[in-house]
Amino acid sequence: MPEPLAWQISTVTAIRVETAEVTSFTLELPSWRPHRAGQHYDVRLTAADGYQAQRSYSIASPPSRSGEVDLTIEKIADGEVSPYFHDTVAVGDKVEVRGPIGGYFVWEPAFGGPLLLVAGGSGVVPLMAMLRERASADPRPPAVLLYSSRNFDDVIYRDELAALAAADTGLRVIQTLTRSQPAGWTGYDRRIDRPMLSEAIAAAGPAPLVYICGPTLLVEAAANGLVELGVPPAQVRTERFGPTS
Amino acid sequence: MDEPMMLDANAVAGELAELFGFEMTATVHRCAHCGNVGQMGTLLAWTQGPGITLRCCICRDVVVRIVRTPTRTLIDVSGAAYMEIRTA
Amino acid sequence: MTDRFVSRGFVGRAREAGDGAGRVPPGQYLTEGFPVLSAGPTPQVPLDSWEFTITGLVKAPMRWSWQEFTALPSRDWLVDISCVTKWTKLDTSWHGVSLDDLLGAVEIEPRARFVTAHSYGGYTTNLPLTDLLNNQAFVAWQYDGSPLEPAHGGPARLVVPHLYLWKSAKWVRGLQLREEDEPGFWESLGYHNRGDPWREERYSGD
Repeated sequence: MPEPLAWQISTVTAIRVETAEVTSFTLELPSWRPHRAGQHYDVRLTAADGYQAQRSYSIASPPSRSGEVDLTIEKIADGEVSPYFHDTVAVGDKVEVRGPIGGYFVWEPAFGGPLLLVAGGSGVVPLMAMLRERASADPRPPAVLLYSSRNFDDVIYRDELAALAAADTGLRVIQTLTRSQPAGWTGYDRRIDRPMLSEAIAAAGPAPLVYICGPTLLVEAAANGLVELGVPPAQVRTERFGPTS
Repeated sequence: MDEPMMLDANAVAGELAELFGFEMTATVHRCAHCGNVGQMGTLLAWTQGPGITLRCCICRDVVVRIVRTPTRTLIDVSGAAYMEIRTA
Repeated sequence: MTDRFVSRGFVGRAREAGDGAGRVPPGQYLTEGFPVLSAGPTPQVPLDSWEFTITGLVKAPMRWSWQEFTALPSRDWLVDISCVTKWTKLDTSWHGVSLDDLLGAVEIEPRARFVTAHSYGGYTTNLPLTDLLNNQAFVAWQYDGSPLEPAHGGPARLVVPHLYLWKSAKWVRGLQLREEDEPGFWESLGYHNRGDPWREERYSGD
């Protein structure tokens, strides 16, 4: 039962720009073990003088890809670890990681559904792992993703989400852009609120499993809103991203 | 205002796993203050400080505190009346 | 012995050790910002119910309302502060009342040697009474010319600049004078009972 958790040195094998501020890094792990959608890896950076900084990043890739994981990392302007990834890390670099970690904010097909996923910004990453996992599941439970971003260009995995939704009538993606919207935008244009949550609940169907991830304030508002709309608190799982990275 | 500082126990899942030897966020606990029973993943975490403080999501009282010094780690779980770890 | 792994090109936050002309305690680095550290939710204390008390080994306990407290003789303070998490900030400016004036308003029993500071929200910290006297400590309600923000301890916080900043209890609500030292929130879990940064008294046993 005990799963020893040890640091290991991974190798960056691919770097993929998702948006202006968000990039995905593929890490090849010498001691890879299958993860569950929603889990994360801890990343630890060490400077020459021994100074260390550590952060957690959600796994974006589904467990079916063995030997490696994708971490999707948003660059935080005054952060310490994310700028290192965006400005310095290159293919071939080594990154010390520990994981996979998490037993609470996880979903696997055996849990069933329907799934109601609520994401704010880079909070979409662990939920994307869930949707990618779900895409190859059989049966596939209905799923709704309510996804808040600032601008159209900030929407991470935009094309992939559109493709997933187009190919699967059981997946509905509801988007809101809170700062600016492109011409012809038919989605929402404000912060997540009651009407949006109501629409998401209606689209998901009865007794959904709810996963909410993003900045703390968004998570609080969405969780409280869903509970007020009748979702049992025990069915709501949250992962709050802090202000620091 | 405190909301930005507050995370959930997921943020320290790695630390907890390292200290206890296994994944802790799915472990069920009972809050010693208000009696709420829930998974440790629901605990609210304050990680920026001299130590880590995990608080009950219902009553906000302290459930777990962790301090790491260069030579030892101290854990106070007196805020948890019990923890239930699945073995099978 | 294996070489420790080093992340290529990683430097981390700017940290200048000992660049304060002798003003930066050992093991600390200078920061320009003012990091917010906390062990719990930020208390929201309405000023009309806020109070500050001195209790314990005093002849008679003393209580001030916000109005009364901020009407006490107060002054500006310019001090350096050091957090046990290794950052030091020089020349921070505060406004508030000296502990000498607060403690001077009560009659302290001779056997009182220690103080426990109590905060809204439940935080406590302990320190020797002598560390609060002789202009070494104050209770501030202004920082950098503006009302002290809740994140930094407002409405009012204790400031004891010559000790690590966890002794400078945010959201302070009172002082309790005691004969014995009673470890507070962090002291009861490994942190030092006094916390002198110049002697690197971070943890108990240091």
